[in-house]
Amino acid sequence: MNVMTHSPLKDPWDGFSAGTWRTTIDVRGFIQENYTPYEGDDSFLAGPTDRTKALWEELSVLLKKEREVGVLDVSADKPSSITAHDAGYINKELEIIVGLQTDAPLKRAIMPNGGLRMVENGLKAYGFDTDATVHEVWTKYRKSHNQGVFDVYSPDIIACRKSGVITGLPDAYGRGRIIGDYRRVALYGIDALKEEKLREHHQLDDAVFSEDVLRDREELMEQYRALDELREMGMKYGIDMSRPAGSAREAIQFTYLAYLAAVKEQNGAAMSIGRISTFLDIYIERDFERGVLTESEAQEMMDDMVIKLRIVRFLRTPDYDELFSGDPTWVTEALGGMGTDGRTLVTKNAMRMLHTLYNLGPAPEPNLTVLWSVDLPRGFKDFCAKVSKDTSAIQYENDDLMRAKWGDDYGIACCVSAMAIGKQMQFFGARANLAKALLYAINGGVDEKSGTMIAPGLEPITADVLDYDEVVAKFDKAMDWLAKTYVKALNCIHYMHDKYAYERIEMALHDREILRTMACGIAGLSIAADSLAAIKYSTVKVLRNEDGLAVNYEIAGDYPAFGNNDDRVDEIAVWLTQAFMEKVAAQPHFYRNSMPTQSVLTITSNVVYGKKTGATPDGREAGEPFAPGANPMNGRDKNGFVAAGASVAKLPYDYAKDGISWTASATPDSMGHTEGEQVRNLANVLDGYIDAGGFHVNINMLGRETLLHAMDHPEEHPQLTVRVSGYAVNFVKLTREQQLDVISRTFHNAM
Amino acid sequence: MAYSLPIPQEVLDSIQNVDCHGYLHSVETGAAVDGPGMRFVFFMAGCQFRCLYCHNPDTWKLHNGRPVELEDMLSEVGKYANFLRFAGGVTFSGGEPMMQAPFVGAAAKAIKDAWGLHIALDTQGFLHGNVEDDWFDPIDLVMLDIKHINPERYLELTSQPLQPTLDFAQRLLRLGKQMRIRYVLVPGWSDAPEEVKGMADLVQSYGDAVEMVEVLPFHQMGTSKWDQLGLEYKLRDTPTPTRDEAEAARDIFRSRGLVAS
Repeated sequence: MNVMTHSPLKDPWDGFSAGTWRTTIDVRGFIQENYTPYEGDDSFLAGPTDRTKALWEELSVLLKKEREVGVLDVSADKPSSITAHDAGYINKELEIIVGLQTDAPLKRAIMPNGGLRMVENGLKAYGFDTDATVHEVWTKYRKSHNQGVFDVYSPDIIACRKSGVITGLPDAYGRGRIIGDYRRVALYGIDALKEEKLREHHQLDDAVFSEDVLRDREELMEQYRALDELREMGMKYGIDMSRPAGSAREAIQFTYLAYLAAVKEQNGAAMSIGRISTFLDIYIERDFERGVLTESEAQEMMDDMVIKLRIVRFLRTPDYDELFSGDPTWVTEALGGMGTDGRTLVTKNAMRMLHTLYNLGPAPEPNLTVLWSVDLPRGFKDFCAKVSKDTSAIQYENDDLMRAKWGDDYGIACCVSAMAIGKQMQFFGARANLAKALLYAINGGVDEKSGTMIAPGLEPITADVLDYDEVVAKFDKAMDWLAKTYVKALNCIHYMHDKYAYERIEMALHDREILRTMACGIAGLSIAADSLAAIKYSTVKVLRNEDGLAVNYEIAGDYPAFGNNDDRVDEIAVWLTQAFMEKVAAQPHFYRNSMPTQSVLTITSNVVYGKKTGATPDGREAGEPFAPGANPMNGRDKNGFVAAGASVAKLPYDYAKDGISWTASATPDSMGHTEGEQVRNLANVLDGYIDAGGFHVNINMLGRETLLHAMDHPEEHPQLTVRVSGYAVNFVKLTREQQLDVISRTFHNAM
Repeated sequence: MAYSLPIPQEVLDSIQNVDCHGYLHSVETGAAVDGPGMRFVFFMAGCQFRCLYCHNPDTWKLHNGRPVELEDMLSEVGKYANFLRFAGGVTFSGGEPMMQAPFVGAAAKAIKDAWGLHIALDTQGFLHGNVEDDWFDPIDLVMLDIKHINPERYLELTSQPLQPTLDFAQRLLRLGKQMRIRYVLVPGWSDAPEEVKGMADLVQSYGDAVEMVEVLPFHQMGTSKWDQLGLEYKLRDTPTPTRDEAEAARDIFRSRGLVAS
């Protein structure tokens, strides 16, 4: 694109509606009054330009090197901040949308505020040296989030963390799962946003100066400063964001730079970008009308931005990678959905965003998430299904369920966590291991692997054959204990995260008054449900070791397994979901008055959870991986994809408002004879699942053979993408163990 | 909503006095190749054909199935009825579903009355003479399996005559039913170009009533079932047609203006 032709307008709001969004910060209002719904098909889309191809090829060389060494480079001597690094480019001549996390592509930043140990272990693991000054500052002068948390943890929390009954807590890494409303920078410009933050600060001048108010006041000033730094960071690239964007190119650039500031400042577990496509479409349409932009140029800008989103990187440790494999960053972008007024929020730019998967080839990031509604336009549904079939790179979530709770301008943090953009955040809480808690109920709180007492006060089961009523009664108590310890841990973590690793720029792009959720989670749901079903419908005999500890189980007879649309066990899974949520909600205190929620999501930690859990009464062996998320246990969903979806769809969203994740795989042949049939069938299956209240589904349409081939010939499949629990990965970046886990999950030849 | 829908009381009432039961071999909850969209498939037990290439010889006898009542059939579909409204419908296959015509007809009618789902019948049509025209009212699509164009070869291949199936096609034309023609391509048995051409000419003569021709390449996945039943399997050494061979056969249908897949 000729960089001179994008011609920003003198009045950046020229051509936009005269609504109240002009006088108060209201991006949704702006969208509603100015966007153009699109109900057509994908025929308008443009392929990649030569420039795009050249840039992507140049980057591909670096990506290949990175795959070989794990981490290409680290900026180890310069703790990251919004302004720490100079401008960086892949190839300055070829880039339309600019901005890198550090001064070079794929060079990772360090963010010691989360925890110095994470940084140093990461450096060590990939063969980089620790910087002496950084070490000195964060050991002598500056306390980290991680230190703060361990100052207040109680012994029971530490015991749970060690045994793995609670795993993945964000106490040594950035919690993430906060979405700044990055669009605000494009729509209002930084000056106006700063002014608003000052105003909010002064709103509290006459309040009673309680700790809460003082914290708010301090945070608002931090936010104000972060906005200033964002402006300064833009100027390093020669981009002045003090005023609103006056063209499509500026809108894309400003939005991206605002996001970039967030990933310069925070190594969050998930750093979603929000819901930007339809917002940006308004600027693109305006430039079309002005005659200063072509379709190919619009696509080119989106491609260019997506290239940048694909190379967001964080320095993480091998431990972390074991939990969340494949180096995910969860740059989640939510697409589509319906408006509360009945118009679709699909625009041409939602299609362009999906089309990047063709122009640049498949990739796991950004984590493209389609907000599915039965009412979406046919053309969009079919295109999504086609993209799924061709790339296995997108996920689907139930817009009808979420819109009813969060309105029509929510995004998805990480995998499945909905939040109204700029108005809501969550305190990410990883997850508690329900399957292991069941074993604690059987063993009276003694850990089945270590033999140590973890949950005092629980009475062990001494019978040789498990009795359903006795197990349920004891499990109920074990869940009480687990919920109590779990919420205590989360209160510690988020108090300290706010104190030592506050997300300044992300929160600067929020309202002052927001809804906070305390996002708890459960792992091992299908195993716990199957175990209870086995106890109820077959005979489960306990095998104890010499210390009297139940370490294995002998099952006589069949039992109904979760994932076959059989109410006998599906109702147990529903009950578990409700019961644990109620126990969480019954806790006396939630930091910052947050609203407790939970997810049924494991991400890829299902493998680690499995490792840390002994044999279970469903017949699962000690150490065997769990099924991911809300999935039926691998191989037990014998009636195929449709029956499995029916079981998962029964889990109540009202009791899992942080999302319920299901990963489904099918071979293309099982979906119909022809490509047209496969696409239409997939779209109809999604309609059926969503209408039934299914919350989320990852769709993989791949043959087993392709994956097996990629295990042995990774060099031939650099962009092969598979969806795991809530995100996508480059298959070749998974460890062998994780690759086998992915393959061992049911490949539904018949749905 | 859920995947399931309840059985309407009036439908339950209407089947109270229907005195018939059936034999159901098995069900499949999400098949994409047994009719339009995703299908809930009832594989009914029993077939009077003994096709040499049969891949379900374990469904030949009625007692290969379990006895079921109409209400059982409704309950099975009911678990998926809402999903099927979006995704596809119900297919009666087998076996030969018309072996149990009174039961299948009543089940199809009850399912149609209950939820209005799309209903397909996968049959070779041999037994159609046993039912009245209104038996077909709830059926939206007939997937008619015509196994050979040549009467002698048909007899050799299936153990039964061809003519009833041809008569059935004419009857479906008269009733204005949509058809999908299924043709199994068996190397050495039904893959000679003149055989395929003859079939294509026949299907072309049915005009718009045929929405599609499915050319199904013979496969060996039924072999173990023949072995388990201790039956002599004559096609043990018959190869599976290549993708190109199957495509060539489809092209013959396409050259006559038919949609083939």
